[in-house]
Amino acid sequence: MPAPRRRGQVRDALIFTGPFVAAYLVLFVYPTARMVLMSFTDAPLVGDGGWVGLNNYFRLGRDALFLKSVGHTFYFVALTVVPTTLLGLLIAMGVLRLRGALQRIALAAFFLPYVLPVSVVYRIWEWMLDPQFGIVQYPVRLIIGHPVAMWADPLWAMPSVAFITIWWTNGFNVLLFVAGLRNISQDVLDAAALDGARGSARFRHIVWPLIWPVTALVLTIQLILQLKIFDQIYLMTQGGPFNSTYVVVQYIYRQAFQSNHGGYGATVAVVLFAVIAALSTLQFQAVRARPA
Amino acid sequence: MRRIRPFLLTALTLTAAGFWFFPLYWAVVTSLKPEDEVVQPGLALLPHTWSLGSYAYVFRHTAILRWYINSTGTSAIITLAVIGLSSCCGYALSQLRFPGRALLYATILASFMVPIQAMIVTHFVLMSDFGLIDSWLGVILPQLIVPVTVIIYKQFFDQIQKEFREAALLDGANEIQIFARVYMPMNWGVTTALAIITFIGAWNNFLWPFLVANSNDSMTVTVGITQVHDNFGVQYARNLAGAVIAALPVAVAYLLFQRRVTEALMLSAGIKG
Repeated sequence: MPAPRRRGQVRDALIFTGPFVAAYLVLFVYPTARMVLMSFTDAPLVGDGGWVGLNNYFRLGRDALFLKSVGHTFYFVALTVVPTTLLGLLIAMGVLRLRGALQRIALAAFFLPYVLPVSVVYRIWEWMLDPQFGIVQYPVRLIIGHPVAMWADPLWAMPSVAFITIWWTNGFNVLLFVAGLRNISQDVLDAAALDGARGSARFRHIVWPLIWPVTALVLTIQLILQLKIFDQIYLMTQGGPFNSTYVVVQYIYRQAFQSNHGGYGATVAVVLFAVIAALSTLQFQAVRARPA
Repeated sequence: MRRIRPFLLTALTLTAAGFWFFPLYWAVVTSLKPEDEVVQPGLALLPHTWSLGSYAYVFRHTAILRWYINSTGTSAIITLAVIGLSSCCGYALSQLRFPGRALLYATILASFMVPIQAMIVTHFVLMSDFGLIDSWLGVILPQLIVPVTVIIYKQFFDQIQKEFREAALLDGANEIQIFARVYMPMNWGVTTALAIITFIGAWNNFLWPFLVANSNDSMTVTVGITQVHDNFGVQYARNLAGAVIAALPVAVAYLLFQRRVTEALMLSAGIKG
């Protein structure tokens, strides 16, 4: 009896996993393998190329724009990851002070930008920041005396894109922190209050350590996410002004799609892949370390 | 001081929420103003003259209806396919014993690590080999692999008590019937949640449709509204009208299904809702 059952299960398993596995092999495994192979060639985007061994990788080390784009990507990461994580925690604590409908409305206000497409975010902030008519220029004029064309100014371009990114995506972090804070048992907080822990002491000694696993999770999710920055940069600054906001994914796009250097573009992609893969292992650890 | 502090913190939170929401409000209000009113100095929180002219303009002078059909069609197909492929595979991983099961599970987990942005080059090459550049299928195919939904389905199916399955087997049901009549109906909630965020994700996707769809035949609305700059000049009301139209389905989907969206996002982040 067990033997036929098992053979039947193998057939059923084929039926159930077959479509996914087929799609997975064609659309995921094969392109990944091909990306690595392509990085050893001088192929154009579409078509064959000659084998160049590790030359593309050596070339990366001497490629000024690539190195710049790596630097800019890390600059963007520095401007977004920690600020958005802390802001998410702060907002979540603020939102949880509210009750009932007010809480739901505030949460929706913070979260709504997150569900919008990047191009809508771009259109909104193009208007908000317009050097001539943008509403943001009123406070800017008040503080520094003159309007600033943010996306055309090497000093302001990256920080303004980082600011908009935080506005756009912070709702997700708020959500994770709200869930995490709700999980902190009221008993623990009551006991702490009995012991006289209030305000900042309560936050430092009770809330912060208990919420740390969520904080670590948000930090790693954000780190991985922001390393892959492209859409906002492409729409808002196109990597400019003077390449001051050029980032890694945009460099893949430039080499492969604009300059038709498929092999070299794939090389940059492999490097990004390796970095993200390493960091994802970290994220996995962060999730696993979280007490259920 | 101790009395007013809670009040201050609450007021601060509400002010922050107001500031967060303001850009959305400002975009919608601007889109409802006539173009000459938009550039008037000052903060006109409501239009002096309410106007749908910008919306009419967008519908008349861009291919937005066509982009809308493309977005709706591709996103709907992606959603159905992702749910179908993932739930079946998740069921097999959870309930069936077969050689290679552990390997398949490990491979799917490992693929969390692969950034889709790194695969744009070879996805494009592949779609070009298939002759699918600038077609619906070209937009759809690379978006079908969502490993996290497979894992979520597996986890949910794992939690269903074995008795249901054993009872169904005794009644002579086969695996397809057990899956379709027992396991899926017991998880409609998670299916709805995953379907909504898959749809929102597909609708919002920018990079891949931007690369593969270069004409109105397959361009999605998310990409389309960024491609009309030259026709528009600096016509903010029209630009924002296009943006509001593009954002409407996802904003409405979120507002209608807040709880489901939240639940699905938590699950994808590895937190049980």
